[in-house]
Amino acid sequence: MSINGKAYIVGAYEHPTRKAPDKSVAQLHAECARGALEDAGLTLQDVDGYFCAGDAPGLGMINMVDYLGLKVRHVDSTDTGGSAYIAHVSHAAQAIAAGKCNVALITLAGRPRSEGSSGTQARNWGANLPDQPFEAPYNAVTVNLYAMVAMRHMFQYGTTSEQLAWIKVAASHHAQHNPHAMLREVVTVDDVLNSPMISDPLHKLDCCVVSDGGGALIVARPEIAARLKRPKVKILGAGEAVKGQLGGEVDLSWSGAAISGPIAFEEARIRPSDIKYASIYDSFTITVLMQLEDLGFCKKGEGGRFVADGNLISGVGKLPFNTDGGGLCNNHPANRGGITKVIEAVRQLRGEAHPAVQVKNCDLALAQGTGGYLGSRHGSATVILERE
Amino acid sequence: MSTPYTATPLKSPQVAPDNTAFWEAAREGRLLVRHCKSCGKPHWYPRTLCPFCMGDTEWKQASGRGTIYSFSVTRRAGPTPFCIAYVTLEEGVTMMTHIVDCDLDTVRIGQKVKLTFTPTEDGPPVPTFAPAEAG
Repeated sequence: MSINGKAYIVGAYEHPTRKAPDKSVAQLHAECARGALEDAGLTLQDVDGYFCAGDAPGLGMINMVDYLGLKVRHVDSTDTGGSAYIAHVSHAAQAIAAGKCNVALITLAGRPRSEGSSGTQARNWGANLPDQPFEAPYNAVTVNLYAMVAMRHMFQYGTTSEQLAWIKVAASHHAQHNPHAMLREVVTVDDVLNSPMISDPLHKLDCCVVSDGGGALIVARPEIAARLKRPKVKILGAGEAVKGQLGGEVDLSWSGAAISGPIAFEEARIRPSDIKYASIYDSFTITVLMQLEDLGFCKKGEGGRFVADGNLISGVGKLPFNTDGGGLCNNHPANRGGITKVIEAVRQLRGEAHPAVQVKNCDLALAQGTGGYLGSRHGSATVILERE
Repeated sequence: MSTPYTATPLKSPQVAPDNTAFWEAAREGRLLVRHCKSCGKPHWYPRTLCPFCMGDTEWKQASGRGTIYSFSVTRRAGPTPFCIAYVTLEEGVTMMTHIVDCDLDTVRIGQKVKLTFTPTEDGPPVPTFAPAEAG
């Protein structure tokens, strides 16, 4: 069974906060849920499916279902890190196609900025992890697990720090138009290269921001989408993958997007060259470069040349990306960037992005995320959307 | 520029029932790798059932010689810089580790390295690697 055309994204909301020490995480989830329902023109009583991941407090989705006052007949707390919410869009479409729910709510929220959590600290994933004894002693943190991917890419394909910096430069060009973005100053390649080295070869400006905030999406069946007043955003295809260390045959030259991307394109029955706008998870500059190659926007190894010279800047380059400023400049709520990727893709397809970055005739968009660690093990999710 | 290696005790590994032999060997300065008794392939990190075929596996001692597959000198995630790396062992598997006992700015992909062990806070030592040739 394909999900192509079986469901629509009818509501999207990005919380405007970037620092919320006076709000609880559950409260942020609720505020995002209300925002997305208002955007869709639906109410709490319309929701019969709920999706959240590890940022939601409690046992799976149970505590949040109770807190939000939801009456659901379908739930899913799949957690693939920052990519989870892109997978949730697909799972919601599957559930709708199977008749398990009509209106699905997806929420993400968190306050890592207020709680002082960043990518240079080890995360605690609990006891009994089989990989822990062989990795945790080495202080494998978020940033160095991505840095080793970048270092290998440079060795294998000749990619340069200047080329990676162009990804941040493009994001900053977009963020200057976003009043909510944490970093609105336009930066240059030199600014990136002159920022402090965090973990070779990634500089401070190769890393995304740490922000509080959240977002929510509403996915609904076609009959419901048809009677709402918002522009229609159809789900055309989706793919998922999990990639790890391959039993010790470690290969850092590709990400899970090499699997999830082709699955999504096949289901959508389109090609990468058809995509007018791409939201690409940007935890680090290298994350973007890897996914662009793996999705087929350029050949493997040519990502450095592809992203250089403003090719990702809306109105300038061939593939406008992350026109909200992305995780690199706008926000990265809960240290998970998946939902904001879908939200900006929805804005582009509706024609509701900032006029300075709105892609003309934007009829096909893609949202791609990885979650976990590109350098050890991660999930990947791709979704392809169409304006109808 | 040079970034000297600073000897620092590492975080202790969580010793589990299926890897106690590994840590006993580590205390003796030996690196063990798990090999499959059915398909014959080595794998990393160690599991009792083979991740390629689900066959039973057994410990074999590794030579301790390897090549750096990738690395990163992490400068802002602790009191002193350290070099995290993936090293491909002669036996074919690639493992996460640290590069130690050298100027960290001289570390390169493709460099030959040899096994050494680094103490942990209150557990067994963990395998790390130093350049095979001094300098």
